[in-house]
Amino acid sequence: MAATDLNIDHVARLARLALTPEEKAAFARQLGDVLHHIEQLGKVDVSQVEPTAHAFPVVNVWDADEPRPGLPVEVALQNAPRQRDHMFAVPKVVE
Amino acid sequence: MADALPHRTIADAAARLAAGTLSSVELTRAVIARTQAVEDRVKAFNSRDESDALVQAAASDARRAAGQALGPLDGIPVGLKDVIAVNGQPLTASSRMLANFVSPYDATVTARLKKAGAVLWGRLNLDEFAMGSSTENSAFGPTRNPWDLTRVPGGSSGGSAAALAAGCALATLGSDTGGSIRQPAALCGVVGLKPSYGLVSRYGLIAFASSLDQIGPFARTVEDAAIMLGAIAGHDPLDSTSFRAEVPDYRRALTEKKGPWRIGIPREYFGEGLDPEVGAAVEQAIAHYRAQGCEIREVSLPHTQYCLDTYYIIATAEASSNLARYDGVRYGHRAEGVTDIEQLNSRSRAEGFGAEVKRRIILGTYVLSSGYYDAFYLRAQKVRTLIRQDFLNAYRDVDVLLTPTSPVPAFKLGEKSDPLAMYLCDIYTIGVNLAGLPAISVPCGFTRAGLPVGLQLIGQPFREADLLAVARHYEQAHDWHTRVPAL
Repeated sequence: MAATDLNIDHVARLARLALTPEEKAAFARQLGDVLHHIEQLGKVDVSQVEPTAHAFPVVNVWDADEPRPGLPVEVALQNAPRQRDHMFAVPKVVE
Repeated sequence: MADALPHRTIADAAARLAAGTLSSVELTRAVIARTQAVEDRVKAFNSRDESDALVQAAASDARRAAGQALGPLDGIPVGLKDVIAVNGQPLTASSRMLANFVSPYDATVTARLKKAGAVLWGRLNLDEFAMGSSTENSAFGPTRNPWDLTRVPGGSSGGSAAALAAGCALATLGSDTGGSIRQPAALCGVVGLKPSYGLVSRYGLIAFASSLDQIGPFARTVEDAAIMLGAIAGHDPLDSTSFRAEVPDYRRALTEKKGPWRIGIPREYFGEGLDPEVGAAVEQAIAHYRAQGCEIREVSLPHTQYCLDTYYIIATAEASSNLARYDGVRYGHRAEGVTDIEQLNSRSRAEGFGAEVKRRIILGTYVLSSGYYDAFYLRAQKVRTLIRQDFLNAYRDVDVLLTPTSPVPAFKLGEKSDPLAMYLCDIYTIGVNLAGLPAISVPCGFTRAGLPVGLQLIGQPFREADLLAVARHYEQAHDWHTRVPAL
């Protein structure tokens, strides 16, 4: 769990965040401090411990298989930055 | 000032409304007037719609005149943190990303408040996407603490706490992922309740960390918090993590449950970093319970020192996943002048998110990334098990736990510029979220400088009725909660 492993360019790409060089430098330093703090978790013996995803696990939540009205197309598109023919418009994805 | 209409409790206003000596329009007008008088200094609101509030108030009065009043919240102005959806109204999360977003539906808590007749009034400021402990991370500027305008109200639900303390609503809703209701409640001198995970539906709440987030009320008294909780609690099929828990009459439980209780004092919560004046006020509260015949027992939560790290791994991991939806495609900010889809995603997010949100997305993406998942995320989930077990072990010997809510009273704006220093504000509140427990912050004194101090009581899972009764027992013997800031 070495804090120096944080490759900010790689992680920013994974997170789809176009960071400025200034942001990259600042975040790398600040998160270095946080990760250094986090390293102490390595001291805990968790070899016999199951992970907790939710405090009160709820399993098998079934719902009746009945159609219900959803958002009308116009409402679903009301916050779209750009739309065309009842669809979200984006730059060309496939050449 | 405490007699003025905007500073009344829900219980008091509801009694007057029922008796016909007060109308909802009159009450709502008074709250609007108070807001107009103080908002340029407090800055608790992201948006507010006065004519819409008065229409709701008039509808409440008409219901009452027709003999169809809905209950104690009918006609009461209630403010909402700006992460809770109201159909047709702005919903920003205090982010540029959602500056122009309009909710296409109601959150479940919104629908339930409407059903209870509440007058929904204003969207309240927060740290962007609920990430922070001071409300300074809002893209629209910080909220001020009504007790000292040079200080923060706490966060992330700072607007909800400040608006209530300033008399701009009779109650408000916030959300609490690591202390975001309890800490601002403590810093602003009001009651703040974080319910058990799953008691209140998260449907229509903008997600931060889904295994930790809970909606809960801010109120002037424990009784008012009980009224609010009764209105919003209960199973909801629209939230698959919603728990099928019994919802008792919390208000009635306040008078039925009389104690004495066994109260545990976790020794790890009274160590280094605790402000001496905060510590002294909390010791006074312990002395109160002891004098009232409660058994005070020191207990240990041995993994407390790991709560902060566990929290910042789990919360950022979940946030990085939840916030992936802000991609510039379907809603939210979209960057101009981009030619391919990855650029559109990356630049829209870079322009839409503020610094703290970006930092947490980076951290969360890192701890989930290939090669690090086991060392960070999986390990944190295992330590979470130990933290939760600590609490459950303690409850074999005691009914509730008592701690300070925040290690320090309200700090100055700009005082905590280092992220890690800000994260340390949450050391007494985050364990509760990791364990999914209910907890409440209640005013328990003031510092010599006149800043409020909060007492945290932590209850057993889904035992809110007992927790509220213990809190009410303290509140009834003190008058801290009746004080009003001189704005």
